[in-house]
Amino acid sequence: MGEALLSITELNKHFDTAGGKVQALEDVELEVQEGEFITVIGPSGCGKSTLLRIIAGLDTGYTGSVTLEGAAISGPGIDKGFIFQEHRLFPWLTVEKNIASDLPLGRPDIRQRVDELVELVKLGGFEKSYPRELSGGMAQRVAIARALLRSPKVLLLDEPFGALDAFTRAHMQAVLLDIWRRNRTTMIFVTHDIDEAVFLGNRVVILESRPGRIRKIVPIDLPYPRTKTTTSFQELRLKVLNYFEKVDELELKDGAGI
Amino acid sequence: MAERTVAVGNAGKTGQPDGPGKVVIAGLGLLLPVGVLILWQILGYYGVISEMLFPTPYTIAQSFIALASTGDLWSNLRISVVRALSGFLLGGGLGLFFGILVGLFRRSEKLLDPSLQMIRMIPSLAVVPLFILWFGIGEESKVLLIAKGAFFPVYINTFIGIRGTDNKLFEVARVLGFSREKQIVRLVLPAAVPNVMLGVRLSLGLSWLGLVVAELIASTSGIGYMMSDARQFADTPVVFVGIIVFAAVGLLSDTIVRLIEQHLLRWRDSYQG
Repeated sequence: MGEALLSITELNKHFDTAGGKVQALEDVELEVQEGEFITVIGPSGCGKSTLLRIIAGLDTGYTGSVTLEGAAISGPGIDKGFIFQEHRLFPWLTVEKNIASDLPLGRPDIRQRVDELVELVKLGGFEKSYPRELSGGMAQRVAIARALLRSPKVLLLDEPFGALDAFTRAHMQAVLLDIWRRNRTTMIFVTHDIDEAVFLGNRVVILESRPGRIRKIVPIDLPYPRTKTTTSFQELRLKVLNYFEKVDELELKDGAGI
Repeated sequence: MAERTVAVGNAGKTGQPDGPGKVVIAGLGLLLPVGVLILWQILGYYGVISEMLFPTPYTIAQSFIALASTGDLWSNLRISVVRALSGFLLGGGLGLFFGILVGLFRRSEKLLDPSLQMIRMIPSLAVVPLFILWFGIGEESKVLLIAKGAFFPVYINTFIGIRGTDNKLFEVARVLGFSREKQIVRLVLPAAVPNVMLGVRLSLGLSWLGLVVAELIASTSGIGYMMSDARQFADTPVVFVGIIVFAAVGLLSDTIVRLIEQHLLRWRDSYQG
């Protein structure tokens, strides 16, 4: 393997809470190659969102090193796109203006890119709509287009489809894979849905909680587009589930000690 | 009373047959004021209530027509509107400016807000003597008195609007690499618009109220003066005409601001009643 796009070494992060120190992440090591689709899965409270926020530059105060193209991450910026659980569109801007946000839509090159992205996320005809007029899935697609306009080196997605119904979610997964296939944007996708993790990722990173550690990284060498009903998919899903259940047992043991 | 009377004139427009629902609702709104007017007219006509204290709607209408035809009403109204608008623009403009300044920067909040809050607590009537001493009874003292009233609703609501900006959207702005200037222009100010518009509405109302105070105290022109002059000659119908004009113009200005507000806030997704 060549030089990794993103490398995380000996990452430790704790929060100071009223109940004392909470170790959110412990000795996390991860290398992500350009063009990869990484899914991160783990029980709630395992620090998967924290990991993503550290990569984005939104959370600081950790030890260890996180580098993007060899440079330490100093803060948030357009090289690291971020999709939140909620769409977080600006409610006073139309779809196209949300995608452009701080960039002038009047500039021909930006206009053209915005129009292309509207097509890419399949929102043709809704350019002038306000966020309140969109469904959850549509709004999240606008958020994705907004991030992609800035041509990020890596797109970080924090349970972006968690609030959507099953049908919309399946559709959104297909849209995202389509974007990935066309743009080859490196993706790091946090989820708590095992099917989603196996369906989307090249590699599934399984986190365990308290402290948040990488339990296992499972490569998913199934060709895209994948079908959830095939036996090979189900075998890999079970494999991930097995690791996941071991995590659960650990958690129960922890819980029993309280 | 005066407001109800105005509602009659306003509802007349909506009475056009553009849907049965609207007509019924407009009719509902008319029921009370029209009923009161009819009752008032009857009671006055039969001398049950004093014509001196409660001139009948008919007498008031006659007085209105007389004042309108001599042009007195319009010249006074123009003077009053100019005063109220100047005061509103001065006070509201400064309120917006300081509200943004204090809302955006914690340091200017610490520096300015305590003093401004102190000034807010001084009743307008208490500063009237000072204003008259300083600026005489000319236009300056009146406009400044109105401006003082108009300043605070815009100031406070702009501040609240800016400080109420959703932190989650700030995070988005950071992720999207907004410059400090873009953060203000594209995020903080649009987010504050609903509150700013509320402040503008309140300020406009207060300007109108402040105008009455200013004109009743020391003036030789304006609707307020017309009323206090009429009071001295016990010309009650003119006082009523003044009240009705105040109410009508107040309603008109509020309606205009609401239309602007509706246009600016068309993105909003909230309960419409």
